[in-house]
Amino acid sequence: MASKSRGLAVGALTALMTWGAMAAAWAAESKINLPTPQSQVAREIYDLHILILWVCVGIFVVVFGTMFYSIWKHRKSVGHQPAHFHENTKLEVVWTIIPFMILVGMAIPSTKTILNMRDASNPDMTVKVTGYQWKWEYEYPAEGIRFLSTLSTPRDEIENRAQKGEHYLLEVDNPLVVPVGKKVRLLLTANDVIHSWWVPAFGIKQDAIPGYVKDAWFKAENPGVYRGVCAELCGKDHGFMPIVVEVKTQEEYDKWVLAQKSAKAAAVADANKTYTLDELKAKGETVYKTHCAACHQPDGKGLPPAFPALAGSKIATGDKAAHIDIVMNGKANTAMAAFGKQLSDVELAAVITYERNAFGNATGDVIQPADIKALRK
Amino acid sequence: MSEHQGGYYLPQPSGWPIVGSVALLLFASGMVLWANRLPGGWLVLAGLAVLFYMMFGWFGRVIEESESGKYNDQVDRSFRWGMTWFIFSEVMFFAAFFGALFYLRVLAVPWLGSGETGAMLWPGYTPSWPTAGPLGPSLAGVDTEVPPGSNQFSSMGAWGIPALNTLILLTSGLTVTIAHWGLKKNNRTQLVVWLFLTICLGLLFLGLQSYEYVHAYTRMGLTLGAGAYGATFFMLTGFHGLHVTIGTVMLIVIWLRALKGHFTPERHFAFEAVSWYWHFVDVVWLLLFVFVYAL
Amino acid sequence: MEATHAHEHGHAHPTGLMRWLTTTNHKDIGTLYLWFSFIMLLTGGVMALLIRAELFQPGLQVVEPEVFNSLTTLHGLIMVFGAIMPAFVGFANWQVPMMIGAPDMAFPRLNNWSFWLLPVAAVLLIGQFFVPGGAVAGGWTMYAPLFLQGGIANDMTIFAVHILGISSIMGAINIITTILNMRAPGMTLMKMPLFVWTWLITAYLLIAVMPVLAGAVTMLLTDRHFGTHFFNPAGGGDPVMFQHIFWFFGHPEVYIMILPAFGIISQIIPAFARKPLFGYASMVYATASIAILSFIVWAHHMFTVGMPTSAQLFFMYATMLIAVPTGVKVFNWVATMWRGSMTFETPMLFAIGFVSLFTIGGFTGLVCAITPVDIQIQDTYYVVAHFHYVLVSGALFAIFAGVYFWLPKWTGHMYDEKLGKLHFWLSAIFFNIAFFPMHFLGLAGMQRRVPDYNLQFADWNMVSSIGAFGFGLSQLIFLAVVLKAIKGGVKAEAKPWEGADSLEWTHLPSPAPYHSFETPPVLK
Ligand code: HEA
Ligand code: HEA
Ligand code: HEC
Ligand code: CUA
Ligand SMILES: [Cu+2]
Repeated sequence: MASKSRGLAVGALTALMTWGAMAAAWAAESKINLPTPQSQVAREIYDLHILILWVCVGIFVVVFGTMFYSIWKHRKSVGHQPAHFHENTKLEVVWTIIPFMILVGMAIPSTKTILNMRDASNPDMTVKVTGYQWKWEYEYPAEGIRFLSTLSTPRDEIENRAQKGEHYLLEVDNPLVVPVGKKVRLLLTANDVIHSWWVPAFGIKQDAIPGYVKDAWFKAENPGVYRGVCAELCGKDHGFMPIVVEVKTQEEYDKWVLAQKSAKAAAVADANKTYTLDELKAKGETVYKTHCAACHQPDGKGLPPAFPALAGSKIATGDKAAHIDIVMNGKANTAMAAFGKQLSDVELAAVITYERNAFGNATGDVIQPADIKALRK
Repeated sequence: MSEHQGGYYLPQPSGWPIVGSVALLLFASGMVLWANRLPGGWLVLAGLAVLFYMMFGWFGRVIEESESGKYNDQVDRSFRWGMTWFIFSEVMFFAAFFGALFYLRVLAVPWLGSGETGAMLWPGYTPSWPTAGPLGPSLAGVDTEVPPGSNQFSSMGAWGIPALNTLILLTSGLTVTIAHWGLKKNNRTQLVVWLFLTICLGLLFLGLQSYEYVHAYTRMGLTLGAGAYGATFFMLTGFHGLHVTIGTVMLIVIWLRALKGHFTPERHFAFEAVSWYWHFVDVVWLLLFVFVYAL
Repeated sequence: MEATHAHEHGHAHPTGLMRWLTTTNHKDIGTLYLWFSFIMLLTGGVMALLIRAELFQPGLQVVEPEVFNSLTTLHGLIMVFGAIMPAFVGFANWQVPMMIGAPDMAFPRLNNWSFWLLPVAAVLLIGQFFVPGGAVAGGWTMYAPLFLQGGIANDMTIFAVHILGISSIMGAINIITTILNMRAPGMTLMKMPLFVWTWLITAYLLIAVMPVLAGAVTMLLTDRHFGTHFFNPAGGGDPVMFQHIFWFFGHPEVYIMILPAFGIISQIIPAFARKPLFGYASMVYATASIAILSFIVWAHHMFTVGMPTSAQLFFMYATMLIAVPTGVKVFNWVATMWRGSMTFETPMLFAIGFVSLFTIGGFTGLVCAITPVDIQIQDTYYVVAHFHYVLVSGALFAIFAGVYFWLPKWTGHMYDEKLGKLHFWLSAIFFNIAFFPMHFLGLAGMQRRVPDYNLQFADWNMVSSIGAFGFGLSQLIFLAVVLKAIKGGVKAEAKPWEGADSLEWTHLPSPAPYHSFETPPVLK
C-alpha cells in the first residue's frame, strides 16, 4: 500500500516536472501564449488576458472543486442518502451577485484598454494599407511611396519538395517599414473582399473593408522584424498573405525612404521606354508568377472552371483591347481583380505581352507601357 | 377539458408533405440553374406546379376534415397559435429588410461620404437619401440591363399612388372586418359581398403597384440596381407585394368556401386566419409607407 | 369524437419506406430526425477529419486550398444545421409530447414536412462537391463580398439555408403550439420538466431569427444575380451590414444549439443524484434571460470590423452579462448534485463531462468577449477551441447523454453500460487532446480557415489531429451501442432510473406506446 502510493507520488512528480520543463521551454517560444508584447497596447492586452485567465481558473477550481468533492462524498456506493432541499433564495442571490461583481472588475481595465487602442489621434505618420486577393499594398502618402507585398515562400516549400524555412509562410518580398517609437496610423481598406491586418506583437488587428476606410494604430518599441497574417477568410490563398513589419531606427528608416524614392524615379524613366518582345516577356514572367499564377497557374492552364486557362484562351489570343481591359479593369463579381490599380504601366504591358506569347499562345503581339498609359484616364 | 379525452384529431399518415419536399427541391434546383443562366430554369415552374398541387391536396384534406367536424376546440386553438407564430416569423423576415434600410440610410451612406472613407475612396460623393451610392446604377454590371452611366433616377414620391394604395389597404382592412361581422351574425350575403369587395381592393392594390413598378423602371431609372435606395425600395415593396398576392389568393379561397356554405358563426378559423394575415400585410404597408415612401 | 379517433386507427398503416415517408407520428419523426442527425454528424465529421489530416503537418498534402475552404465551410454548415439542430428537434419530438402528457405533436403532418425538408437541404449542400466550380468556400458565416464570388454552389447554399429555415420555423411553431396547447390537465407551465421549458424558449429563438437569416441570404442572392447593392459600397451598400444581419441570427443560433442541451442535462442530473433539481424557477428565469440577452450581443463577433468605440463597449458589456445567468445554471447543477445520492451511469458521466467542459468553453467565450483580448484572438484557433468546447463537449455531449438516458424508453432495452462508459471516456479524453491545444495555437498566432501554417505550430496541430481521429473513431462505439439496444438486450423497466420523475417514466411503459397518451394522464 505504502509503496504503491509512493510510486504514484514519484510518478506524479516526474510528470509534473517534465510538464513544467516542457511548458517553460514552450513558453519561451510562445507556443502556448500570446507572443511577447512589443507595444504598450499589446502589453495591456497580454496582462488583461492573463488576469482573466486566472480569474476563470479560480472560479473553475472553486466550482468544480465543490462538484468533485460532492461526486466523491455523495455517492450512492458509499451509502450517501439524498437530501431533499431544492432551493435557497439567499444562496441563489449570492451566486448571481458575486459573478456580476467579478465581471464589473474585469470590465474596468478592459474599457481603459479599448479607449486607448481606439484612440488613433496625433499620429507621427500615416500609412495606407490596401488588401487584395492575396497581397497587401502599402502606401506612404507623405513620402509618395507605394508598393505591393506578397508571400515570398517558394512553391516548392509549400508543396513539400524543399525543406521549409524558419519563416515559412510568414515572409514577404517587400515588408512594411516603419521607424521605431513612432505612432503609426494605418488607414485600411480592401479592393475585393474583406481582409484583416494582424500583427500579434503589436496587438493590432483591423479588418480591411472594401469601400470603407478604417483606422488603427501601433507604436513599436524595439527595432526588429515582426510577423503577422491576414486574419479574415478571403478566398483560396487566405493562408498565404502574411504581413511583415520591419521596424528600423529613425536613421535607417530615413535611408530606406530615400532609396525607395530613387527607385521610383528610375521606374518612371522605364515607363517611357520602348521595349522588345523578349524584354517584356522576361519582365512579364516575373509579374505573372507573383500576381497571376495563384489563380491561372504557372503553366497558364488555370483551375477550370473556377479560374480559366489562359493557354489558348479566346481573350488572351484574340482582341488585344479586350485582354488589356480584363486585366486592367477585372471582371465584376469574379475573383478576377482590376490590376490597373495595382500594377505599373510597365508591369501591365509586360504581363499582357507575356500572356499573349507564352503557354503556347503565339500572337507575337507587343504591348508597350505607353499603350497602357494612354488608356489610363 | 372534457373534449380532450382522446379527442385531439390525429391525422393518418400523409403523402402531401413529401410531395412538398419534392416541390421545393425542384424549385430550388431550378432557381439555381436559372440564376446562373444555365438550362433547366423550367424546373422553377415545375416546382411551383407541384407545390400548388400539394397545397390543393393538403389544404383540401384539411378543409374536408374541418367540415366533417373532426376538429374540436383544442385543435382550433392549435391552429390559432400556429397562425399567430407564423405571422410573427413573417414579421421578423420583414424586420431584416427594414433593418437593412435603417442601417444603410442612417449609418452606411453617411460613412461613405465622410471622413477618410469619403475623402480617399469616394471623393466628390455627397451622402444623401435617396442615393444610388457613389457610383450609382452605372456599376450594376453584367446582371442587369441598366444603361451604363445612368446615374440619375428619381425616388418614388409618397403622395401619388402610394397614398392611394394606403387608402385602399386600409379600406380593405375595414371591408374584411365587415365581412367578419356578417359571418358572426350569420348574414351570408354580407359575408360574401364584403369579402368580394376586399378581394377587389387587393387586386386594385396589386394593379397600382405593378403600374408603379413599370413606371419606375421605364420612366424613372429606378431599378433594383439603383444602389442602396433601389435595392431596399424594391425588396421591401416587392416582398410586401408578394404577401399581398398570397393574401389575395387566400381571400379568394375563403370566398369560394363561403360561397359553398362553409364556416359557421361559431367556427371559422380559416376565415380569421386569413383576416389576421391581411391585417398583418396592412400594417407592414403602413410601415413601408412611412419609412420607404414618406420619410 | 372517440369514434372518429378509433376509425382513424382502423386504417392499415403503410409499412416499409412508405411508413417513414408519410408518417405523422411524433416518435417516428423523432427517430428520423435523430438518424438524419447522426448521418450528418458522420458526414461533417469526415470533413473535419480531412481538415485535420491536411493540418497534421505543415505544407499542402491532402487537399488544395480551395477544397480545404470548402471542407471547413460545409463542415460548419452541416454540423450546425444538419447534426446539432436536428438532433435537438428529434429529442423534442420524442420527449415533449410524452413529458407534457399529450398524444402527439399539435400538427403531425407539418411535423413530417419539417423533417422531410432536411434531406432536400442536405442534397443541396453535399451535392455541391459535384458541381462545376466546386463547393461553397466562404466559411459557414457566408460573409459578403467573398460569398458574392464563387459559382453555382453558393446559390445552392442560399437555397439550402432557405429550406432549412422553413423547416426550423415550422418545427418551432409546432413545438410552441404543442407546449402551449397540448399539456395534460394540471400540467401547469411551472410544473413542466425543464427540458420542455428550454425547448419552448429555443423555439421562440428559432422563429425570431431564422427569418432574419433567410432575409440575409436573400440579399446575397439578389446581390449575386439581380443587380442589388446591399453589400456593395459603390452602390451605397456595406459589406459589414451582412455581418450585422448574419450575427443577429448567429448569436441566438448558438444558444439554440445549447439551451435544449441545458434542458437535457437538467433532466439527467436530478435523476442520477436522486434529488430534485435545485432552483427550478431560477433555471427557467436564467434560460429566459440568456435568450433575451442573446439578441443584444451579436456584434461581439465583429470586434475587429472597426465599429464605433461606443458600440464595442456596449456589446462587450452585454456579452459579459450572459455569464451571470449561465453561471446560475452551472451552480444549480452543482447544487443538485450536492448531498445527493449519486450513481454514474453513462448519461450521468456525459452530463458531468458536459458541465465541466462546457464551462471551460464558457470561460473562453468570456475571454473572447473582452474586446481588447478578442482583437488578438478573433479569427484564430482560440475561437475554434472556444466553440468546439461549447458545441462538441457542450451540445454534442448533451445529445449523447440524452440518447443514453432515453434509449431504454425508446427501444425498451437497456443499452450496454460497459460500452457506453468506454464511449464516454474515450470521447472525453480524445476530445481534450483534439481541442485543448487549439487554445495554444490561437494564442500563439495561428489564424483559422487556413490549410497550412508556420513550423512553430506543427507540434500542437499534430497532437490535435491525433485527438480528432481518436475522437472520430470513438463515435463508432456509440453507433454500436445504439444498434445493440435497438436489436435487443436486457428489457428495460418503465422507470429504469431511480431518480427520474417526469411523465414518460412514471406513466408510460418501456418502450413507450406508439401514441403517447391517448387519454391524458391524471396529475396530482
Ligand atoms: C453552443 C454554442 C455557443 C455557446 C453556448 C457560446 C457561449 C458564449 N460565447 Fe461563443 N461562439 C460560438 C458558440 C457558442 N458560444 C461559435 C460557434 C462561435 C464562432 C462563430 C464563428 O465565427 O464561426 C463563437 C464565438 C464567440 C465570440 C467571437 C469570437 C471571435 O470570433 O472573435 C465571442 C466573443 O465574445 C463569444 C462569446 C461567448 C460568451 C461570452 C458565451 C457565454 O454564453 C458563455 C457563458 C458561460 C460561462 C461564462 C461559464 C459558466 C459560468 C460560471 C461558472 C459563472 C461564473 C463566471 C464568471 C463570473 C466568469 N463566442
Ligand atoms: C456544430 C457542431 C460542430 C461539431 C460537432 C464539430 C466537430 C468537429 N470539428 Fe468543427 N467546426 C464547427 C462546428 C462543429 N465542429 C464550426 C461551426 C466550424 C467553423 C466553420 C467555419 O470556419 O466556417 C468548425 C470548424 C472546425 C475546424 C477549423 C477549420 C478551419 O478553420 O479551417 C476544425 C479543425 O480542426 C474542426 C474540427 C472538428 C473536429 C475534429 C470535430 C469532431 O468532433 C468530429 C467528430 C466526428 C467524426 C469524426 C465522425 C464520426 C466517425 C466516423 C465517421 C467514423 C470514421 C472515422 C474514422 C475513419 C477516423 N472544426
Ligand atoms: C484571384 C484570382 C485571379 C488572379 C490573381 C488573376 N486572375 Fe485572371 N481571372 C480570374 C478569373 C476568376 C477569371 C474569369 C473571369 C470570368 O468569369 O470571366 C479570370 C480571367 C482572366 C482573363 C480572361 C481569360 C478568359 O479567357 O476568359 C485574363 C486574360 C486574365 N484573367 C489575366 C490575368 C492576369 C494578367 C493576372 C495577373 C496580373 C490575373 N489574371 C490574375 C482570376 C484571377
Ligand atoms: Cu486576406 Cu485573408
Ligand atoms: Cu456569439
